Amino acid sequence: MTTLEFRDVTKKYRVRGSGELIALDKVNFTLTSGRTIALVGQSGSGKSTIAKILTQLERVSSGQVLLDGTPIPTWGRPLRRYRQTVRMVFQDPFASLNPYHTIRHHIERPLRLDRVVPADQVEEEVFRLLNRVRLSPEQTIDRRPHELSGGQRQRVAIARALASRPALLIADEPVSMLDVSIRLEVLNLLAELQREANLGVLYITHDLATARHFSDEIMVLHHGKVVEHGPSDDVILHPTHPYTLALRDASPDPEKHFAASTTIPGATT
Amino acid sequence: MTHKRNAFGRLGQTFAMFRNGKSVAGLSILGAFCLVAIFGDWIAPYGPLDKDFTALRQAPSWVHWLGTTHMGEDVLSQIIYGTRGVLVVGFTAGVIATFIAVGIGVTAGYVTGWRSESLSALTNVFLVIPGLPLIIIIASQYENPSLLLISSVLAITGWAWGGRVLRAQTMSLRNRDFIQAARANGEPLYRIIAVEMLPNLTAIIASSFVGTVIAAVLGLTTLAFIGVIPITNLNWGTILFWAQQNGAFPDFWWWYVPAGLCIALLGMALSLINFGIDEYVNPRLRSAGERARAMRKKGFVLSDRVTAVRPRATDDDSTRQ
Amino acid sequence: MRFILRRTAFYAFTAWAAITINFFLPRMMKGDPVSAYLQKNQGRISPEAIDSLRTLFGLDSTKSLLEQYIDYWQLLLSGDLGRSFSKGLAPVTDVIASAIPWTIGLVGLATVLSFALGTAIGGLIGWRRGSRADAIVPVATFFSTVPYFWMGLIAIAVFSTTLGWFPASHAYDKGTQPGFSLEFAGQVIQHGFLPALTLVIGSLGGWILGMRNMMITVLDEDYVTVAQAKGLRPVRVLINYAARNASLPQLSSFAMSLGFIVGGTLVMELVFSYPGAGKLLLDATTAKDYPLMQGLFLVITLAVLVANIIADVAYAILDPRTRQMEA
Repeated sequence: MTTLEFRDVTKKYRVRGSGELIALDKVNFTLTSGRTIALVGQSGSGKSTIAKILTQLERVSSGQVLLDGTPIPTWGRPLRRYRQTVRMVFQDPFASLNPYHTIRHHIERPLRLDRVVPADQVEEEVFRLLNRVRLSPEQTIDRRPHELSGGQRQRVAIARALASRPALLIADEPVSMLDVSIRLEVLNLLAELQREANLGVLYITHDLATARHFSDEIMVLHHGKVVEHGPSDDVILHPTHPYTLALRDASPDPEKHFAASTTIPGATT
Repeated sequence: MTHKRNAFGRLGQTFAMFRNGKSVAGLSILGAFCLVAIFGDWIAPYGPLDKDFTALRQAPSWVHWLGTTHMGEDVLSQIIYGTRGVLVVGFTAGVIATFIAVGIGVTAGYVTGWRSESLSALTNVFLVIPGLPLIIIIASQYENPSLLLISSVLAITGWAWGGRVLRAQTMSLRNRDFIQAARANGEPLYRIIAVEMLPNLTAIIASSFVGTVIAAVLGLTTLAFIGVIPITNLNWGTILFWAQQNGAFPDFWWWYVPAGLCIALLGMALSLINFGIDEYVNPRLRSAGERARAMRKKGFVLSDRVTAVRPRATDDDSTRQ
Repeated sequence: MRFILRRTAFYAFTAWAAITINFFLPRMMKGDPVSAYLQKNQGRISPEAIDSLRTLFGLDSTKSLLEQYIDYWQLLLSGDLGRSFSKGLAPVTDVIASAIPWTIGLVGLATVLSFALGTAIGGLIGWRRGSRADAIVPVATFFSTVPYFWMGLIAIAVFSTTLGWFPASHAYDKGTQPGFSLEFAGQVIQHGFLPALTLVIGSLGGWILGMRNMMITVLDEDYVTVAQAKGLRPVRVLINYAARNASLPQLSSFAMSLGFIVGGTLVMELVFSYPGAGKLLLDATTAKDYPLMQGLFLVITLAVLVANIIADVAYAILDPRTRQMEA
């Protein structure tokens, strides 16, 4: 049982010429293994900053991130051990795989780096991982990213994230760059893997429909603040914050006609 | 089996930038020069300094294909032996300069803040300081500078351009997701740079290498011609130095024309390789000419990309949209 | 504002680096040719001149390196670069001052000409991409890879020795007194034509190629397509939309290539015995005239810096983005 806690996390960026930008403002939440939290918000709301802090690509300005009650390490071997526990699937499968390297390289690296299995079993483990994400190992292992489709690449990225057997997984809009036809497939795969490995998943998205379907809780982020947080159905059916309401009404609903165009307060684009 | 394919695939990918007409032509010429340099001892009809006092300043003949010097030395043999000096110094300088450029350029692109800025300032200083005068001053302080010293000085004054380009490219690479993913996986810094980044920079590294070799060849021959490096180091520049010192201009053309042409040909070959790499990196350069030619064949004005309606050359209805 | 500050800091830093390199160069020298020279010429040099030479060449072994460095700066700021051994102990600054105008006049003209011509030709080739004009590219490349001194020598062999159209060397006829007469001006032009021509031909290729490649890249941009779709005349699209944007990188590479241009002129002055700074440097090297060598290197580097500043200002005027930043 692994627990990751954000306690009053604030992140400020210095912006050239115009002072400070507050990307996150006192954010609190707890992610535990076996549960899925959906993090919903517009572009620029601070979703990606949370992902970057979790993977320690960015540091917090103030507040604490606690893993099982202790602050997460910021460098050296402890940091690497922490990173082994928390893995991430990036948004764009076209950019998150190194065009120069084969699929084997991508999945092998975390295995060797974290010594997940003995060296002589690495190949076997790569095969096993590719099978788990429903890719044929024989046909993919020696290919390069550009020879695969977007959906296949995202499966590779998932396999890479799972390689070091993390307890928590961050999925940063994992299907937004994929064809609509295969989005559900990939999301179902993620849900299935989550159940199998009892993963805690932070599902970052701006799609309320899949957020409700795939997660236990929904957390709505607006201008760096958590404006709503609760069980999925509650948030969708009884939103208390006007922003959530607007967001819900803005998502396309095939059963509803375009009655009036709703504007989302604070939307930038 | 799979491993073998993998190795070949990787090799093929690495050399993809050379797979075009220009690069192949350049590499062929360069290869020919390399063969001459390696097998010079067997190819050359005479020793480079063998003197034949019965045949002074002779025009080309069947005995001396490129004629003789004022001491009766065979010009062709001198050129063949001189190839080695040029290529050795050119490539040594290129290798050293590329190492410096990669080390400083990639580091400057990967780190941020004042460290990046100061490395960039260092690069710019080396770009601005005039290279040739500096080399002349340094070389003049040594009685007999070694080939390695000459190559090093040529490299030190020639790495900055490549370093600048590499810094810019690395800066754009470091924010790409696959580098972020490697960092999030806990890959150590040296592996991120050496394994994840460098392979994606090969085209630029290759082109900066070729660029420094061109500059080094020109620099070496110029220095030899000026006479600041010892004449015992035989290269194409020393041939020209002797030719000018001994009044070869303008009458004894066989003495000075071939050496100059060889330098130009080698420079041309290296430039061709670089054009090939440029077109690989920026495919627009390659397709632009072909596309325009194809358009013109169909009767479009070539400089006008917007012309979507054909000129009314015929009254054929199908030509109207 | 920030931009100007950064550039100023960069130039100050480069100037400091060049001067410091100049300080360390003679101190890394093997042997001690300067004190040998001083010994040989005792009595002919004034004590003050000896003092400044000692500072320039680090002969004050009693002083610490830092003290030497401070003394060196004081000397430079007072405009004293020592005495030239090979020019009858004349002050180095005077010797350099007599050579510099020739270099700047000829090379400055040739460089600007080559840049303007190369950019124009490159722009046209890029605009009419795929036409027969592309044949200029390999020709220009050939001329830029030909060693400059060789081209110069052949030009002399053909145009002056064989055909007798131009004089082969010097900046004006021997025996003529420099002055502002029509005759003298004519001589200068006649003597300068061949060196300038070869300099332009030798450096044209790089400008043509750089501009052509930029032009082809820029022509694919949407704003060019929009300009054409609006029905603007092709000439206007070419000049105001495509060439204007494509030439900006040319300008910055112009600034950056100045260091190389100086090298080329050095060889030109050797081949044509042109009495400029490059020839002076070569003469100083052969005569082992260390004070003159040092002084020339310093002056050449600072000249390149000044040219860079000019190019920067030109860039700022042409590029609206930097202009806005200053406003």
